[in-house]
This record gives sequence, structure tokens and C-alpha cells, in this order.
Amino acid sequence: MNTLFDKIWDAHVVDLVEDGPTQLYIDRLYCHEVTSPQAFDGLRARGIRPLRPEKIFCMPDHNTPTHDQDKPIADPVSKKQVDTLAANAAQFGLTHYGMMDPRNGIIHVVGPERGLSLPGMTIVCGDSHTSTHGAVGAVAFGIGTSEVEMVLASQCILQQKPRSMRIRIDGTLGKGVTAKDMALFLMSRLTTSGATGYFVEYAGTAVEALSMDGRLTLCNLSIEMGARGGFIAPDEVTFAWLKGREFAPKGADWDKAVAYWRTLRSGADAVFDREVVFDAAEIAPMVTYGTNPGMGIPVDGAVPALETVPEEGRASFLKSLSYMGFAPGEALVGKPIDYVFLGACTNGRIEDFRAFASVVAGRRKADGVTAWLVPGSWEVSRQIASEGLDKTLAAAGFEIRQPGCSACLAMNDDKVPAGKYCVSTSNRNFEGRQGPGARTILASPLVAAAAAVTGKITDPRTLL
Amino acid sequence: MKQKFDIIESTCVPLPLENVDTDQIIPARFLKATTREESFFGENLFRDWRYRPDGTPDPGFVLNDPRYGGEILVAGKNFGSGSSREHAAWAIAGYGFRVVISSFFADIHKNNELNNFVLPVVVSEPFLAELFATLAADPSAKVRVDVPAQTVTNLSTGRTESFELNGYKKYCLMNALDDIDYLLEQKAKIEAYEQKHAL
Repeated sequence: MNTLFDKIWDAHVVDLVEDGPTQLYIDRLYCHEVTSPQAFDGLRARGIRPLRPEKIFCMPDHNTPTHDQDKPIADPVSKKQVDTLAANAAQFGLTHYGMMDPRNGIIHVVGPERGLSLPGMTIVCGDSHTSTHGAVGAVAFGIGTSEVEMVLASQCILQQKPRSMRIRIDGTLGKGVTAKDMALFLMSRLTTSGATGYFVEYAGTAVEALSMDGRLTLCNLSIEMGARGGFIAPDEVTFAWLKGREFAPKGADWDKAVAYWRTLRSGADAVFDREVVFDAAEIAPMVTYGTNPGMGIPVDGAVPALETVPEEGRASFLKSLSYMGFAPGEALVGKPIDYVFLGACTNGRIEDFRAFASVVAGRRKADGVTAWLVPGSWEVSRQIASEGLDKTLAAAGFEIRQPGCSACLAMNDDKVPAGKYCVSTSNRNFEGRQGPGARTILASPLVAAAAAVTGKITDPRTLL
Repeated sequence: MKQKFDIIESTCVPLPLENVDTDQIIPARFLKATTREESFFGENLFRDWRYRPDGTPDPGFVLNDPRYGGEILVAGKNFGSGSSREHAAWAIAGYGFRVVISSFFADIHKNNELNNFVLPVVVSEPFLAELFATLAADPSAKVRVDVPAQTVTNLSTGRTESFELNGYKKYCLMNALDDIDYLLEQKAKIEAYEQKHAL
């Protein structure tokens, strides 16, 4: 009652379906190439067009190679999917930022960066990491392809209203602890289904102290706790970051918008269906040891002992450790690794590159480590160059690639070979996620950088 | 595929693992298809558990166990977590499952199943544990899912539970109607909303 989630949701209710879901109005639909083609086919089969094409933005990101984007994509199946998005956008009059367009990048990096995602909006995309856009104070959530078709057809979606949950993190994060560690910590405590059925509002002094890039990382990972989405009430940090962006309101409209956005807060009397509180001081730099993002431990900690795992979960736990090649109870610091991936909608923003560079500056990439550094967008790529980070990274033996989702889900060429370990700033360590048989260790850009220069799992605090 | 639901009585395929994510249901490399051919996705359901790296079936995986089959998949809790890919629901439907029984489903995947006329049935932990035990002891055991009555019954033990399904969705499933059919009838309400909320 009287939560910010209620305010935004209720302001978008078109109708309540009798004994059924809510018909919710959607302010922004993003489409990428993987989850949209069948939705566009659906429109054609029904003989209809998008109801509000001006509210829909399309861009390829999952299949894009991270090199030679000026040339045709070599994989014909990937090329077809990317070309299909362009053709669908053209047929239906939708804005499309194709490969090599200076505005292209990962949809969840580009949306906020261009000011397309704004406070108080409802935002959807056929992608579970749509929760990212919650960082600007929007109700943003991932949907399936049938639901993409619903929004294309009607600018509305039928949804059950989720329950509300507030996660407060108060206090100050320690040295070397980032928004990524906060998220991995929350998942390790709440599990990957701990927030299923809920829409999460992140609050507390440690959350308020986060930059926008940090907030985008935290909200991005909401889905990994099972949450329908996660967001942060907009504040001065949000407004300062959004001001002047391409699609943000300008002049008098800006002032009017900010005046409205300032009202977007949960009431002092707000009642949440569930509330949890954590102390930021409890959080350490984190790594995952298993095959779901909730299987996380402090980087200097140990894999749980088998006795501590509930009986009904032991089969899954052991299957997971067997896949990863780790044993119950063992420490991970010092374990050799083969690959490092910096990027994804989770950690592909400028601050992530600054953090990575801060660790590797004056050091060298370890022999035998393959590192993929993939900016989340061309905008991030330009900023890396303008700050000279590319030179710092090059001096340490690292090369910057071209933007896209890349090794997060290995739909392009960036695949980790079977059995190899990758310290990855992405969002999922599922079996085969980074390539069949690949072993993913999720971590922050600082932990990834520490691994890249030492060739093993390393506590970044020893290098700061 | 749009098909009408009524009462389904079938043998089951048990998958007693927790947190089965949609990357396992259908790996990302199969998401490059630009059409909705359920048979293609069905052939690759649980691909990396079902087949060895050399492409031969892994006899240890339940889909390759000739004793098990049917229209009902029974899975451990938190089924369908992770990626929003509807391809996972297409794969389940394409393989021939019409019902998935678990004690807990991830939100997006649950909606995706419903939108593809696959019914997610949420049962209690004790019901699920008993059903896994029943199926381990007798692969020919059957389960009855009665959509009109909203009940699920383990026919070997007689244990019955009711399951949640809102009236609107039940009507859609029993009459093979989808949400887009409904929304296309709502244009006047949508335009009224837009006029009221125009800046």
C-alpha cells in the first residue's frame, strides 16, 4: 500500500480484466533480434500493425560480433536474425539502431543512456534483464515473445500485479566492494527464487550512495533473485545523470518532468508485502562457485560443505559442483582461470571499465589468459577513448572490442571452450551459458581485473 | 499451439532437479531461429542434458529413458528461472508436453507457458515429493489434471490438490483464446487511457 511500485503501476492501469489480470499500459517497448521475429510474424498473421510505433525502439545486440561490425556477419543464421529485425522495423515504421549506428549497443545500456528510459515509466522488452531500466525509477520487466506481440498490437500487456518487496541496504560498502557484489550477496542470501512473484524496491543509504552505473548493475540482477523487476526511487543522482540526454525532456518540459519525478517515492506509511534489511558492511567482493547466480561466496571464502545444504537440494548442488570441477568446502582463491569477460548489460558501462583499468594499470595481463573487454554501447566505447582508458588497458595487454552482448550468452563468436574457467562480469553462470561445457565464475569488474592480471581467482583488495 | 483444455490423464516424465533454468530447457544457440516452429525447438528440448557432445543420446537422461513418456513433465522447484526466452515454452510444447507440474515456477516462464497453451500446475512440496516417489517406483503411473475443476490427482495414491488458475485464463485455455485476441477488442479503452494521460 502506497509504495512507489503501487503509484507507478496504478497510474498505468487501463482496465482490470474480470477475475483475471490487469491490462497495463506500456510507455516503452524495446525489441532486440532474438525474441521479436515471431512477434512480428504474429502481427502479419493477424493482419495488424503496431498501435503506437513511436513508443517502440529496436536494436540488435545478442548476435553482434565484437569485431569487424562494418562487415557482414559471417554466421549466416546470426546475420538473418539481425537482418530480420531491420526489415521488421522498416516494415512497421519503428526506430532501429542497426549495427555500426553510433547509438547501437546492448538494449539495456542504450535505453537509459539515450534518455529513452525515464522515471515513472512502464518499460518492457523480450529480455529478462529489462529490470535494468528500474535504476532510473521506472517499472521495467522482461516478457516473452507472445507478450511482445501483445504490446506491439495494443501498447498494453495483461499481467497479474506482483507483490511488493523492499530490500534495504544501509551503511557503507567496504573497499573493493561494488554494486555487483551487493547483488551477488543478495542472491546468495535470498536464493534465485527468493524474490519470485515480487517487484523489488531497493532502498537504504548504501543504495542511495550508488552512482547511476552502480544502480543499473544492481537493478539488472533483480531477475536473478527471481524478482519480476527491481527499481530505485529517482533522486538528484538520477536527475543529474538524465539531464541533457537525447530523449530526456528539455527546457520547461524538463522542469515539469522533474517536479513530477520528485513525487515518485514510497510513502512514509508504505506497506510492503515483504521487507528485508542488510548491512553494507557485511558484503565482501563476491564470486560464484556453482551454476546459478545464487551460488555465491565472498572471494576469500569457501564452497559450502555438503552438510550445510538442505537434503532435497543436494542432488542439484553436487551436479553443479561436478560441472564446475569444484569440491564442497574448498577455497577458491588461487584457482587458475583461463578467460576473463568484462561487459554485458550487467557491467558494460563506463564505470566498469574505469574500475577494471584501475586494477590493471601498471600491471600486465597474465600469460595464458584470454580477455574479452566489450563495451555495452558505442557511447561507452567513445567515452573509454575520450578518457584514455583504452591506452591504459592496451599498455597492460588488453584490447577493447566492439559493443554487444558477446560472451554473456555466446550467441556470437565469443564462446568459452568446454571445461575452461571464465571470470565473468555477466549475469548468469548457468551450465553452457558461455558455450557448451564452459565454466563461469560471476564477479565484479574489480575481481575480473584481479583474475586477469594474476591468472587465478584473486581478492582484488590485495591489489588496490 | 492453441488447443482447448479440459481433462488430461497421462503418464509423466519426472525431472527431479531444482532451479532448472531456461538455458537448460533450450540453450542460446538454438534461439537464432526467426520462426516459431515448435517441432524444431522440441527436438532440442534439454539439448545439452539429452545429448552428449558427440550428438549421441545420453542414456542417463530421462527423455532417453524408454520407460518414461507422456504429456506431463514433473520438475523440481523453481522451474524455468533465468532468461525470458519463450523458446523454452515452445520447446516444451513442441516436444509434446501439455502440462508441467512443479512446486514453484519462475514468473516469466510461467506466463510463457500459459501463452503457449502449456499449463503450469503448482502443487505443494509434499505432493511433488510423493509424485516423484510414485514415478520412480512405477513409470507407468498416471496423473489426472482436471482444468474445469482445477484439481490435480496422483492416480496411484489418490492424492488430490486444487491448483490456482484465474477465471479469465481458465476461460482462455478451455476455449483456445489468447490474450491478443482479447486486447484487440480493447482499443476504445486504450485510447481513453491515452487521452486522460496525455502530457
